[in-house]
Amino acid sequence: MILLYAFIVGGIICMIGQLLIDIFKLQPIHITVLFVFSGAVLNIGGIYDKLIDFAGAGASLPISSFGHSLAHSALEKADEVGYAGIASGMFDTTANGITAAIVFAFFVAVIFRPRG
Amino acid sequence: MRVGKQSLIFDNVYIQKSSVIVGPREFAGPLGGLFDFHYDNLNCGEKSWEQAEMAMYKKAINTCLNKNDKEIKDIDCVISGDLNNQIIIGNYVMRDYDVPYLGVFNACSSSVEGLIVGGNIIEAKNGKDIIVSISSHYATAERQYRSPTEYGGQKPETATSTVSSAVATLISDKPSEIKITKATVGRVIDAKLTDALDMGRLMAPAAFHTIKQHFIDFNVDEDDYDLIITGDLSHYGTELLINIFKEYEIDISKKHMDGGLLIYDRDNQDVFAGGSGCGCLPSVVYTYVEKQMLENNLKKVLVVGTGALLNPIIIAQKETIPAIAHAVVLERV
Amino acid sequence: MNNRIAKVIEETAPKRKVGKNAFQAFLIGGLFCFFAQLIIEILLMLNLEKELAGNVGIAIMVFLGALLTGLGVYDRIGQYAGAGTIVPITGFANSMASSALESKSEGLVLGILANMFKLAGSVIAAGVVSAFIVSSLIYLFRGIF
Repeated sequence: MILLYAFIVGGIICMIGQLLIDIFKLQPIHITVLFVFSGAVLNIGGIYDKLIDFAGAGASLPISSFGHSLAHSALEKADEVGYAGIASGMFDTTANGITAAIVFAFFVAVIFRPRG
Repeated sequence: MRVGKQSLIFDNVYIQKSSVIVGPREFAGPLGGLFDFHYDNLNCGEKSWEQAEMAMYKKAINTCLNKNDKEIKDIDCVISGDLNNQIIIGNYVMRDYDVPYLGVFNACSSSVEGLIVGGNIIEAKNGKDIIVSISSHYATAERQYRSPTEYGGQKPETATSTVSSAVATLISDKPSEIKITKATVGRVIDAKLTDALDMGRLMAPAAFHTIKQHFIDFNVDEDDYDLIITGDLSHYGTELLINIFKEYEIDISKKHMDGGLLIYDRDNQDVFAGGSGCGCLPSVVYTYVEKQMLENNLKKVLVVGTGALLNPIIIAQKETIPAIAHAVVLERV
Repeated sequence: MNNRIAKVIEETAPKRKVGKNAFQAFLIGGLFCFFAQLIIEILLMLNLEKELAGNVGIAIMVFLGALLTGLGVYDRIGQYAGAGTIVPITGFANSMASSALESKSEGLVLGILANMFKLAGSVIAAGVVSAFIVSSLIYLFRGIF
């Protein structure tokens, strides 16, 4: 069932982005910034965590999960070591995705050529 | 000679032979057979998009010289324009040619601006043989104004596709079959539009303004011309231009064509609303329009280049995008 | 600008195909998420621990986004899918790979490395600033109550 919920929830989140682009004439950069901000905000009350439990990758693949991860791990570290943990713990969970993105983007740029 | 508010008459300016060099998409379009040369790949065998555009530009200059049986020492001046920052394409290619050089920029109306500047030099007897060369390239324009070419963003239907072409035209005081008889210099028109992905529509008011002023300055109307051809309004800009004229009770639909709609086949090519870029208009004028004129199907043509005057930084400052249109009249003599 | 012309411009504004675009974004975005979840399920079946499976799944999707960008395919999917390719993390990978790839002609340092975050920088900056503010507020709130 989680596969179905992943499809539906992921699809809905993307659809909301598309509607914002078409109705308010926003650009992709506005959408990604807005979504990542929303992901951070939805940490309140553990809402985003519950969404990930329900829909799996439907909530963890969209860029909003990035904002969620940053806030979530910042808080986790702060609960461990005090307020300074917000800065030192922030990239704990997202380190995986960012490292992968940098490394793969680099190799793609070295190996391939842009096609136009 | 100055006429009216924004116009000029030329007595001694003639179009000689031109060269049009294009990329793969233009060759695959409806006018494919009319171009002098085409590249099969957008990179023209070069290491960067900018180098590719320079290769096309250089080929245009050399082909133009050959076609007119001239060498660079016979040319009095080269006037050049393109869409890159600091108009580098002409700047860098022309370092290899020992000739006086003037760079012009008015976005996609640069080709007509070049004819007006060159025409003035010839008319004033300050030069006899002048090359006006223009280029645009799909990938350099995307890099300059929009996003990386492999970026997954979605373009709306109103987007236009920059034409990859380089065109070089020789104009001189030597009589030929096609004469540049009149010119109207446009003024900057700001229709208060902000969508850089809908350039056609934001240039239409400027085209309207210049055409209207041209009619006023010379006391003529659309019936005096066999064809009024705009540069790159493409589908939506053309629609808007015709609607604006209708608002003033003028019907130009039967006389009007647009370069952006002639250079590509919208139904079979992935070009959204049509072609754009400063190479678009001259690529169509010096092939299709010139052919029609030489075959006596068109005697008097109003050529209107349209340019959207923007850069990404100023847009981010929430500015609107102004436009300009310049016009010349070509006559079969 | 003349009022009559402004009126014509306003009245003839082209309408975007909102419904069609929304459906296409839903479809492709949903498929990306479905596919990612499938990968995670497979990894869980291979006895990977839950958090590791999630991380590897994301890394695989990032790899795919970058690869499809290099192959010149991601932009075609993007033209159809709109937000369906921008919103998922594959879009983040695409923004980085495409910026780096485009600037290849300026070489390794001034091209690829210097331009990698041109489009993606906004997401990271926005994410960190938002997360900082939100987590600070939550931490403070918890501290008080």
